[in-house]
Amino acid sequence: MALNAWGRLPVAPAARELRRSERAAPLPAVDGSLLAFGNGRSYGDVCLNSGGTLLATRGCDRFIDFRVEADGSATLACDAGVLLADIIDVFLPRGWFLPVTPGTRFVTVGGAIANDVHGKNHHRAGSFGNHLRACELLRSDGSRRRCAPDENAELFAATIGGLGLTGLIVSAEIALRRVDSAALTVENTRFHGLDEFFALNAAAEAAHEYAVAWIDCLARRPRGIFMAADHAPAGCVAKAPGAARRAPFTPPLSPLNKLTLAAFNAAYYHKPLPAHATTHLLPYFYPLDGILDWNRLYGKRGFYQYQCVVPRSAASAIDEMLRAIAASGQGSLLAVLKTFGNVASPGLLSFPMPGITLALDFPERGAATAALFARLDAIVAAAGGRLYPAKDARMPAALFGAGYPRLEEFSRHVDPKFSSNFWRRVSAALPA
Amino acid sequence: MQKILIIGATSAIAEATARRWAARGDALFLVARDATRLDASAADLRVRGAASVACQVMDATDLDAHAAMLDAALAGLGGLDVALIAHGTLPEQKACEASVEETLAAIAVNGTSVVALATLIGNLLEQQKSGVLAVIGSVAGDRGRQSNYVYGTAKGMVDIFMQGLRHRLAKSGAQALTIKPGFVDTPMTSNFPKGALWAQPDDIARGIVQAVDARRDVAYLPGFWRLIMLVIRHIPEKIFKKTSL
Ligand SMILES: Cc1cc2nc3c(=O)[nH]c(=O)nc-3n(C[C@H](O)[C@H](O)[C@H](O)COP(=O)(O)OP(=O)(O)OC[C@H]3O[C@@H](n4cnc5c(N)ncnc54)[C@H](O)[C@@H]3O)c2cc1C
Ligand SMILES: NC(=O)c1ccc[n+]([C@@H]2O[C@H](COP(=O)([O-])OP(=O)(O)OC[C@H]3O[C@@H](n4cnc5c(N)ncnc54)[C@H](OP(=O)(O)O)[C@@H]3O)[C@@H](O)[C@H]2O)c1
Repeated sequence: MALNAWGRLPVAPAARELRRSERAAPLPAVDGSLLAFGNGRSYGDVCLNSGGTLLATRGCDRFIDFRVEADGSATLACDAGVLLADIIDVFLPRGWFLPVTPGTRFVTVGGAIANDVHGKNHHRAGSFGNHLRACELLRSDGSRRRCAPDENAELFAATIGGLGLTGLIVSAEIALRRVDSAALTVENTRFHGLDEFFALNAAAEAAHEYAVAWIDCLARRPRGIFMAADHAPAGCVAKAPGAARRAPFTPPLSPLNKLTLAAFNAAYYHKPLPAHATTHLLPYFYPLDGILDWNRLYGKRGFYQYQCVVPRSAASAIDEMLRAIAASGQGSLLAVLKTFGNVASPGLLSFPMPGITLALDFPERGAATAALFARLDAIVAAAGGRLYPAKDARMPAALFGAGYPRLEEFSRHVDPKFSSNFWRRVSAALPA
Repeated sequence: MQKILIIGATSAIAEATARRWAARGDALFLVARDATRLDASAADLRVRGAASVACQVMDATDLDAHAAMLDAALAGLGGLDVALIAHGTLPEQKACEASVEETLAAIAVNGTSVVALATLIGNLLEQQKSGVLAVIGSVAGDRGRQSNYVYGTAKGMVDIFMQGLRHRLAKSGAQALTIKPGFVDTPMTSNFPKGALWAQPDDIARGIVQAVDARRDVAYLPGFWRLIMLVIRHIPEKIFKKTSL
């Protein structure tokens, strides 16, 4: 079937793709390295293992138990191949939701742990791993290890954001949170310039549970839409969106070029926008899930996402990057700007750190794209920032090493049988 | 709430169907031969909202065990509204050609054991004058093909049996439904390259739930297979023999 990542960059396939369907099944006895593949929503190569074996986990998707404690907290135990979308389908009608969710619901629980994903509420809730109560890890020595904050704690910290390298996550226990309705109250505000963004953001973080901004990075001066939201009180009803549509085919040349992107961004910026709205939570959290396979629109060459975080004190780096992008003329349809709060990330390699995160898409255009990335890398490095492995397919090993100071500690927990294209690329940053 | 018995409950198609019934709050009695997977599935269905889930381990070819299993299901569920027979194996055609034993074993699993179960369940539904028996046959049972005719023979046996049972039950108010899936991406077909005609287990599950609700006679799933099989059934032997189907 040739599994690939979301960015669809050309890649040498795995030698074997084995589907797992049973929690109890052992790891296969095969030559070469192993790697779990969840739902392939990572953009680059953390979920790829050219020449090795991919263990496709989507078929391992059973719930195990759901418990509500006397204090009102709830824990869901499930297989790692369960999709966040399945959890929402089953539990939202009963008044439970994910404590942290990324911008697509089509990711597995295992993938959410292994990239320690974040959502629009990072300033309040931290990352996915902050709500992971325990997980079971299957290692290549055949052992099954329950990992939790008070049990195999080091391995637990290595596995959160551990990029699938500490073994196969078989199952997990995650907290769910109570919601009074499936609706959100949303406040939309247009802004001009980064100063306005930071002012809006400071106010929003104090007042709202969710906050994120879309920015038009092709405009001469950055402009965008700030979207703050909270769960609506009981009795609020909002209509769920209709069934998703599918992008019909992969065009040989991407229709997304400088002109169409600028036009799209301008139209998006100027679209009629209610200042206050009550909407179903799905379109707010997952604006792109309404079009299945939208990644095909970038054409056969594939595309990159570039996501970095820089400390708050280095806010000027964001300005510098936006200028570099505008100057390069390489546009991005989906530029997202948000701040991470101070909740400590639980994983040794977790991406979130207090700071400002910027994410942008770029179609693969060869040398021009590489040159822009080199420029952006230099800005991130100088600012003391880091890139997000879940989105990465090209960061130099040195930048990874500089961005993740606990890399060496992490490497001691890597299962010797597990590896990925990403790991082979960046582990050069480790002392031999 | 419906009281539902599923035989071959660990099949990918049956499990997807059970999830849809669980989400509606139905009561389930699951029968399969692997206890570990049965338990895992039962826990999953409870979380998904099933009113109750009970399990029994049984090999479908153990014909002597059928009656006791059905009694246990009736007692456990407190009645029976729907029974789904889903178990099956896809034998290797070449191996069957080389071995009478393999051929008869494939027919025992996919044909005889199903006929035996459908006999008991058919009698029960006729007696209580209500309920639906749904059996998973296959498009492969519609015409013998060189590449797959042993499996097709068993599925064809089930097809004719269900046709007759449906005819007989018509007077009683009970219903016999034949499900005929096309190509489905399940463990049974894990070694086949997948193309555009392939469906996912949940696509079939949706069709099964609808067909049971609508008390249909025969359901090709997905529906386009009705047309494909209409054409295939009507190709004259002279021409058919020249194909490699
Ligand atoms: C439209 C879109 C929006 C997104 N928005 C966000 C966002 O807002 N925030 C954010 O943080 N991320 C975001 N992402 C990225 C996405 O959340 C992560 O890449 C996520 O990890 C993908 O999960 P997956 O199940 O598809 O895993 P894959 O991409 O298949 O795998 C990801 C990693 O997890 C490992 N893994 C998967 N399953 C297991 C397992 N059972 N055991 C061990 N390791 C495992 C893999 O080996 C790999 O290293 C977005 C992606 C898309 C496409
Ligand atoms: N997949 C297709 O393309 C396709 C097409 C048309 C029809 N069908 C039919 O659909 C039904 C479900 O199959 P599936 O595709 O869901 O495949 P599957 O997941 O492989 O399920 C087959 C199930 O049958 C069980 N089984 C086999 N022999 C058994 C026995 N002697 N006693 C009890 N259980 C037994 C298996 O149990 P174990 O796991 O314990 O072996 C397994 O759970 C079958 O009747 C199949 O013939 C499938």
